[in-house]
Parts: sequence; structure tokens; C-alpha cells
Amino acid sequence: MSAAQWRKAMNSGAGRAAISGRPARGQTPVSVVQSGGLTPALAFVRLRHVLVLLALLAFPWLATPFITFQIGAQSLTLGLIALSLTFLGGYGGMISLAQMTVAGIAGYMVAIFGAAASSDASISLGWPWWLAVPVAIAIATLCAAFIGWLSVRTEGIYTIMITLAVGVAFYYLCLQNYSVFNGFQGFQRVQAPSVLGLNWRDPLPFYHLVLFWSLAGYFCVKYLLRAPFGIALQGIRDNPRRMNSLGYNVTAHRVAAYAVAGVMAAIGGVLLVWYNGLIGPGSVGTSWIINILVIAVLGGMRHPIGAFLGAIVFVLLQTFAIDLFDRERFNLVIGGVFLVIVLFSPDGLLGWWAGLQQRFSTMRPTGRTSHRGDSP
Amino acid sequence: MKQSKRRFVRTLAGAAVIAAFSGAAFAQQTVKIGLLATLEGPFAAGGADGMRGAELAIKQKNGMAGGRKIELIKASSDAKPDVAVNATRKLVEQDKVDIMVGPLSGGEGIAVKEYSKTQPNITFINGSSGAQATTLVNPSSNFFRFNTEGAQWMVGLGKAALDKGYKRVMVIAEDYAFPYSQVQGFMSEYCRLGGKVPVKAWVPLGGKDYSSVIARIPKDVDALVVVLGGADAVNFLNQYEAAGGDKPMVGGSITVSQDILNYKGKRRDSLVGTIAGSPIADAYDAPEFKAFVADYQKNYPVSAGGYPSPSLFALVYYINMKAALDGLDAVKGDLSGGQAKYREALQNMTLKTPVGDVKLDSNRQAIGSTFVTEVVKDAQGNLYNKVLRKVDGIDQMLGMPKSEFQMGSRDVPNCP
Repeated sequence: MSAAQWRKAMNSGAGRAAISGRPARGQTPVSVVQSGGLTPALAFVRLRHVLVLLALLAFPWLATPFITFQIGAQSLTLGLIALSLTFLGGYGGMISLAQMTVAGIAGYMVAIFGAAASSDASISLGWPWWLAVPVAIAIATLCAAFIGWLSVRTEGIYTIMITLAVGVAFYYLCLQNYSVFNGFQGFQRVQAPSVLGLNWRDPLPFYHLVLFWSLAGYFCVKYLLRAPFGIALQGIRDNPRRMNSLGYNVTAHRVAAYAVAGVMAAIGGVLLVWYNGLIGPGSVGTSWIINILVIAVLGGMRHPIGAFLGAIVFVLLQTFAIDLFDRERFNLVIGGVFLVIVLFSPDGLLGWWAGLQQRFSTMRPTGRTSHRGDSP
Repeated sequence: MKQSKRRFVRTLAGAAVIAAFSGAAFAQQTVKIGLLATLEGPFAAGGADGMRGAELAIKQKNGMAGGRKIELIKASSDAKPDVAVNATRKLVEQDKVDIMVGPLSGGEGIAVKEYSKTQPNITFINGSSGAQATTLVNPSSNFFRFNTEGAQWMVGLGKAALDKGYKRVMVIAEDYAFPYSQVQGFMSEYCRLGGKVPVKAWVPLGGKDYSSVIARIPKDVDALVVVLGGADAVNFLNQYEAAGGDKPMVGGSITVSQDILNYKGKRRDSLVGTIAGSPIADAYDAPEFKAFVADYQKNYPVSAGGYPSPSLFALVYYINMKAALDGLDAVKGDLSGGQAKYREALQNMTLKTPVGDVKLDSNRQAIGSTFVTEVVKDAQGNLYNKVLRKVDGIDQMLGMPKSEFQMGSRDVPNCP
């Protein structure tokens, strides 16, 4: 089969079902085949999608500004950065620890090109936000592609090592460079702009801004996974040598995946620096590099929603664990919960969910499994 | 939702009525104080001791201030500014504290000060953070700092160094804001009195290899000003000894700590005579300080995790928490009107602390005392810090006129 034919086959409904029929998917394969003939845009919209969207939109009106901002907006922002790792790791087979670094580069660039306060006032250029933000995202994406280009020739643990090295190198660069990154102190008062009469730093507008970009990232990943590029990427994840002999440029696909993930991480990074209002070496240090991995693993890497679920659990624990337990030992709760989730479900929260679903359906004799058995 | 809102309005109306009729009503209500320190990360031990200091201040008043009961709500950070702001935001917006005490380290302090501008109805009092910029650059009208900071802690040391005959010194310090201000505090006095600093070496925080720095030490300097913390200082001392160095040392506020004094190398004896500047001196013999130390030791014996003697963090958190409580006493617990009266009381009060009186300047920054200490050997052969001199009334400008004052950095001040 030539590469073109393979691509074509992958684009047809049957091919898609074949790919997504791997054990990770619950009920999707069946519906994909059924809905193949319908309008593609609406075919995937289900009741639960509408419910979740409504809940997300209604949430800030029911919650306090604190919950909206610190729990809602922070979870979505971290989720967006973790989503870029889920995309790379879950669908490209490349665990990159440099996603927080890419986000940090974007954050630093916003602080450097835009308006920020620092001990050396001459660093920030004070460009308007509509210029600074796209430039920041572009630079971060370029860096992401460069990191990808550096690390795609490695596999498994070596990818982790090289991306970790890049991340730590960037941390030390920020820590010790004073002319551009302002060293240990970094930048303060990096704030979201006021546009259209709205101060985007206020909890409500900021939450919706973050929600918009998180949904955009989520659906972008969902779309990509079914596009030829995403299918090829998953093929490369499963068997790079075969994809290579089929005529795919494995390196190019992987670098492109890094760049795409880089855009998401960069947008997340801009939102994160606006959320915190500051950036410094601590924001891109190893603890945050690891936190992003923890969020992605906690939620589960088998579906893009896992990144956001992981982020919600992570932020809730970080914020409220101190109320649950002895205040000097609350990290025990955080670590314990992480350990329990990963120990009992190697696939994170999504794995738990899938396990529950399966148990539920086997308990009911008229469930999905028996129905499927009838069909041939 | 609706019901809780209605109840909230009713509670508010009720509270307003009660408040209008009698001042005694305040006795019914508790005052919530948020306390933030680092219980994680590099300063976890210091943060825990800071919390002990703050709790001690509340214990000494039996949990009451201004006739109202104090409810303490703690939070933790890991010395990172973003984490500190998240923790503060939770205390203020979720737990609804009235007064906020914290954080511990410099970068956190600047970030929390910025956050305090968005919460004009809450009063923020510093924990132990000591960055100069917190109260010098864009100060916040509701952020108060009752402790002196890094540069103030070194006042008096320049003169002490010259008295010892050190006419030329080399500075070796970590490359971030706190050592900058420490070096500034030393040099502004030292240079003014005619001392020379031909070389300054800025080393990375947590560095392991000092051989290149040691190689740069000029032959003609009389002493080394070493502003390194904890493990960095021990590493430097080891390597300097191995390289055959013999110049005397002048230390920063966190350089000549107990782990340096317990140093076992051959150069141990040469540590005798090392002078340093610090806001706390274990051997200070004023009765107020002795009472504070005794009270600390009684409440937090070593068996319960306390230190043999309160650390810098315990003292500074104690001072700031005491200020918060004394302020409440002064206004009899009245926090109404956006805490305006309370802030006025804080601004105008003369705070009695174990190390002398503290007043605030117009940026709400402490004007207070500091110590010059010297390492000496006691009868058992143990090293300890003797008080050489206590300097009072140090302001943040270090005695300079405001127009001449520049914040400390790598190149400021300079006198080669």
C-alpha cells in the first residue's frame, strides 16, 4: 500500500474505527461507524457535551469569585498546558518534560515585550498586548519546534532526559541572566489587558477567556486526532519503523507534533502568567515541570479530557488539603492521593472511569456487551 | 442559593445594628488572622519556626486582642511567589481573614504586596520577607512591615570592619536580591568611611564549586565579606581552607549561623573574630530579649521540635504578629470602616519588641535596631556570637537622603 492509499484508508470511516478501536476507547468506535454519513460537525455532539458546556458556563455565576478564579481558571490554564503533554505523550508517544518550559518562554516573552515591573525597568519593552502576545506565542512555538527537533531522535526515557535537561537549562538561564530575564526576581505585575471595556484580570472575564482557549485546545486536539496528521502520528507512536517504510517522514511528523503542542503550551503559558501576575525562575523550575507531568498522568493520557480532570484534582488538593489535615503535614495528603490514584489505576482518573463503566456494564446482562454480541 | 443570600443580607443588617449600638459587640466576634509561612521547600525549617514565633505572640495574650478572640488560620507556600499569592488569596477570599500576616521570603513579599492592592479592606502585615523593593518601589497602602530588611541588618558592620583594620575587602555573595541588599548595607557605610572593595564576586545560589572565586581573591585585601547562606557558606569555607586561604571573614546575616559555628575543619579557630550583622543575637542580654527566649523555650522545647534558641524567623514573625495584636488592642478590636482606624494605629504605634522599639516610616517600613556580632570561644571551647554593638533607629534609606538613595544591585554601591 502506498502512503497515499494508506492515508486515504485512514481517512475513511473504517480506517478511523480501526485506529480508534484500540482498547483505550470505550464506546466511540461503534458510533464513529454509525455516524460516518452524518454531518461531521454535529455527529459528535452528544447530550453530555451540552451538559458539560452548560455547567462550565454557569459555574462562575454559582461560585464565589475566589472559586471561579483560583480553582476554575487555574485548573483550566494548567489543564491546557498538560493537554499539550497529553497530546504529545498519549498520541505521539513522546513524553516531553519541556512543556512547562515552552509555557514559561511564552510567559517570559509577554513580560519582556509587554508591560511588566522589574528591578531593571529598561527590560520590558512595553508593546501593546495585541503585538506582544502573538510574538510571544510565535517565539515559544519556535522554541517548542526546536526542542522537538533536538529530542525526536530519542525514544522513551531518553526523550524524558533530554527534555528535562532543556527545562532545567532554561530554569538556570532565567535564574542567572539579568539582562533579559531579570534573574532571581523575574517580572511582577504582568497583567491581562483591559479590552472592550472589560478588565480581563477580573475573575469572571478571565475565567471565560481561559475557558474559551481551553475548549479551543480541547477541540483542536479532538479534531487533529481524526485528521490525517493525527492518524499518522498515532501510527508513528505504535510503529515508527513501519510508518517510515510506508513513506512517512517520521521526524517531520514528530517535530510538527511538538510545534502543535507548543502552540497550546504557549497559550497556556500566556494565560498562566496573567493568572499569576508575575513570572520568575520558580515558575519554570523542576517542581512545575514535574507538576505538569503529574497533572497529565493523574487525569490519564488516553483522552484529552484527562488533562483537565487531572488539573482540577491537582488544584483542589493544592488549595484545600491544608484544611483537611494537620497543617504541617498536608503534603502527605497530596502525595497520598496521587499515589492511590496512580497505584490503583495506571491510567489515572480516566482509567478509573473506564473500569467503573466496564464493571457496570458487565453487571447488567442487558448491557452493551450483550448487545454487541447480538449484532453479528 | 437565594436563601443563603437572604440569610447573608440579614446577618449583615444584624451586624450593622449591633455594631451601631454598642462597641462591646466586638467582644462577641472573633478576629480571623491568616498566617503564611513556608512549610515546604528550601525554607521549610525556617517557616515552621516562624509559625512558632507568631503563635507565641498570640499565646502571650491568651488568644485575645482588643477584647476579641483571635482565630488563626495557617497556610503554607514553598518560597515561590506564585504559590504564596495563591495561598494568600485562599486565606483572604475563601477563609475571609481580617488581617494577613506573611510571607517569609523576599520574592514572595513583593508578590503578596502587589496582591494586597486588590484587597483594600484587608490589612497585610509582613512575615519575615526582607526584599528592599517591597516597601520602596510601588508601596501598597495596606501592606505593613515591622521588621527591618537585609540592608538595614548590615548597618554598623562597615565601621566594625574598619575598626578591625580591614581597609580593603573582597565581597563574595550569592547572586540575587537579598545578598545585594546585604552587601549594600555593608558597603554604603564602609565606602563612606573610606574602605575599598576592589572585587565583588557574585556566585549562583546553591553553587558547589568555588575554586574560580578563590583563585580571584587578590593578595592585597585584608578580609573577605562572605554573604552566603547555610550549605553554601560551609562549602566555601571547606574549599578556601583546602586552597590554603587565611584571610579573616566578615559575614552576612545568615552566614555565621549555627552550622558554621559547628564547623569542624582546621580553620575553625580562625573563625574566631569573624564579625557579622544580624537582627538577632543569641547572646543579647537585655531583659526583654531574655524573657522572649525563655518563653520560646518553655512553649517549644527542643523535644517538641523547637530550636535551642529562637531563630531569626521566629523573632521576626513574632514581631510582626505582635504588631498586629497590639494594633487591635489600640483600637479595641474595631476593624470597621475598611480597617481605617486600625491602620492608623499601626502607622503611629511604637512597637515594643524583644530587640528594641520599632516605628514605621511613611512607606510603612520599620525603623529599628540591628546587632553587630563577633564570633568568640567560650570556656568549653564552643564558638558563639557575642554582641559587639547594637545600632538603633536604622531607617530604610540607611541614613542617606532619599534623593541619593539607590537600591542595592550588583553594581550599586561601588568603591573599587
